[in-house]
Amino acid sequence: MELLMFYIFGFGAVVSALLMVTNRRPVRAAMSLVATMSFLAGLYVLLDAHLIAVLQLIVYAGAIMVLFLFVIMLLNIEEKEGLLGVNTILLQFMGMLVVGLLFVSMVSLFKGGGSLLASVDIANDFGTTKAVGKLLFTEYLLPFEIASVLLLAAIVGAVILAKRRIDDSGR
Amino acid sequence: MVTLNSYLVLGAVLFSIGAVGVFTQRNALIVYMCIELMLNAVNLTIVAFSRFLNNMDGHVYVFMIIAVAAAEAAVGLAIFISLFRNKESVNVDDFNLSKG
Repeated sequence: MELLMFYIFGFGAVVSALLMVTNRRPVRAAMSLVATMSFLAGLYVLLDAHLIAVLQLIVYAGAIMVLFLFVIMLLNIEEKEGLLGVNTILLQFMGMLVVGLLFVSMVSLFKGGGSLLASVDIANDFGTTKAVGKLLFTEYLLPFEIASVLLLAAIVGAVILAKRRIDDSGR
Repeated sequence: MVTLNSYLVLGAVLFSIGAVGVFTQRNALIVYMCIELMLNAVNLTIVAFSRFLNNMDGHVYVFMIIAVAAAEAAVGLAIFISLFRNKESVNVDDFNLSKG
């Protein structure tokens, strides 16, 4: 049963990712990425990571991708040109070759079949909000506070960068 | 049954697909979305290892990565908006001011 769910979510994630990468229209690519993130949230639930699964759906698929879609629709981006020029096909083929080599080297590092995940005993409250919160507020307190400063810097930066200049001529 | 290697291979596949997208896409927004896909693949790997080692530190790392990705998305899209305002194009080949 768990194997079936893993294959469904994994296959769905890979197919959605391929759809996103090969798409020329930004809105369709954004929706494919939302589908990929939803499948990944299902995989997190399979891995007993409940808080991360819900955070993935709320923050990633629900806020970041909505921001992407807002920007796409605000700037009214449509696909302009069709296929690639002749001199860029070689470059793209070489890019895919490099990534293929990277993938092969990543997979070749695995020795053997690996041990079953179901046979690993986990704590009683593994992956719950309580366990993550306990760690966040005791052992990882400094990264937590720095993350809040980072978010503040991102808010200020985003507002300043996207603002129209008042003294600009004719913009 | 599902082993640790299955999750790692899935993470590697998603990362490679994102890397291919960064190399081959011409639309700058889709390039940025492929970067987010790579971050998600790394998140999957970390959560799989955390489950395998029965260690909750991985979840805190993923929490921080999600927060950083949100901040990066906001600032990156603001940069993108101001770029688009100047250039009126999203093709990555059009941004060649630093070309020698």
